[in-house]
Amino acid sequence: MVNPMDSAAPPRTRSLMRDGIAPALTRPGAEPAPPLKAEARGLSFHYGTFQALKDITMPVHENRVTALIGPSGCGKSTLLRCFNRMHDLYPGNRYKGTIVLYPDNTDLLARDVDPIEVRMRVSMVFQKPNPFPKSIYENVAYGLRVRGVSRKNALDEKVEDSLKAAALWDEVKNRLNEVGSNLSGGQQQRLCIARALATDPEIMLFDEPTSALDPIATASIEELVTELKKRVTILIVTHNMQQAARVSDYTAYMYLGELVEFGRTDEIFFKPRKKETEDYITGRFG
Amino acid sequence: MSDHTSKQFDAEMEAIRSGVLSMGGLVERQLARAIEALEQDEDHGLIDAVAADEHAINRFQVDIDQMCAQVIARRQPTAVDLRMVLTVSKVVNDLERIGDEVKKVAYKAAGIRGNEGLTRTRNFDVARMASGAQGMLHKALDAFARLDVNAAAEVVDDDDAIDHAFNAILRQLISFMMEDPRTITAALEAVFIAKSIERIGDHAKNIAESVVQVVKGKDVRHASAEQIRAEVAGE
Repeated sequence: MVNPMDSAAPPRTRSLMRDGIAPALTRPGAEPAPPLKAEARGLSFHYGTFQALKDITMPVHENRVTALIGPSGCGKSTLLRCFNRMHDLYPGNRYKGTIVLYPDNTDLLARDVDPIEVRMRVSMVFQKPNPFPKSIYENVAYGLRVRGVSRKNALDEKVEDSLKAAALWDEVKNRLNEVGSNLSGGQQQRLCIARALATDPEIMLFDEPTSALDPIATASIEELVTELKKRVTILIVTHNMQQAARVSDYTAYMYLGELVEFGRTDEIFFKPRKKETEDYITGRFG
Repeated sequence: MSDHTSKQFDAEMEAIRSGVLSMGGLVERQLARAIEALEQDEDHGLIDAVAADEHAINRFQVDIDQMCAQVIARRQPTAVDLRMVLTVSKVVNDLERIGDEVKKVAYKAAGIRGNEGLTRTRNFDVARMASGAQGMLHKALDAFARLDVNAAAEVVDDDDAIDHAFNAILRQLISFMMEDPRTITAALEAVFIAKSIERIGDHAKNIAESVVQVVKGKDVRHASAEQIRAEVAGE
């Protein structure tokens, strides 16, 4: 019979914490803010005479997901597109201010910075899956070929790596020569993600990537975003507030071209600082 | 707080809020009846009434918790709505526990009734402490209804007074028992009553702290009264 008072005897009470069954709690907000990957400073943008962005200053933290939310026409997609100079494709658009990409302090908006180079470093995934009318393989290899990679081994390796990272490899590895548009909607979107990943971007922009997908495909893309942030920094525009709450680490609320509030997602969705933000995310808007 | 775009969501949140207030009103009535039972020489059916109230209170707790679960499942509330739903779930728990304590008070009131050693004055001290807890409960419910953090902070302060009253009554009852062992049975009942009342004060304080959580988004459950006052005063 073991005497519980005997100090040499093993403790009779079991503790989940001591037995390593219950790990210590991680408090939200306990981790220090990660370094910046990019930063918009005093960014304004005009479509001709219409000012769509007004003096936006916003950090983008490295290897984190930043969600841009706000009602239609608030400028969130406009802001997203500034990050890879998408607006350069149309005449009459004007930028003011800077978007600095770290660690090399490149101003993405500077005239002497080549927009093609910017889009290699900052890639984009659109709302509707838009695979090229080519094979699955060629869709992913496209950006690499443009970049001058032609060695078969290098291409094969990169295509496989990108498809794996986009969680599509297992589903398509035996049909790489089929046309991309034969895939289901969710698979096509993952193919577009693989294509965007192939050039090893530092930032990926997602413009409502799941609005054309069913809930299961949506969940798999969200899961993928969470996986991808280990290798890239992600900016995502979404109309789905719950999606922003689920996938993002930081949230920016925009309204009428202005950044109303930026903060940690857990704070924004529990106790935002501004009443306007609270009204929008609780559905009291309008 | 302005309205949701969804009127149905507004209606659901309002039903939850008014459910808590109805439940609170019922608990207040139950407590008033128990205090009456403490003060009176005869029962007059008060204990039965208190027990019936307790059943109704339990029903409220289950129903309101169910409504909270529904809102979470169907509306995915965020920010102030989320804080309100989480808080209500705790508040109804506190109210239900108060109902339990009140029932104990009413039942034990019968145990000290007619004991010659335990004078009416002593008995009355307990009733006065109960009135203090009653005031706290009322103020906490009022703070909830109006989302008034200043009133909530006052309730937290008031809890100290109840704790002091409990200690004073305990000392009195101990000396009473030492002087005249025939009072021990009744005095022990009185101790349990005082302890129940002290717990009612604690639950009222929890409700008040929940109000701070809704309005300020800060969890002040284990904060000192000074910290809570500072939180309430901040912007």
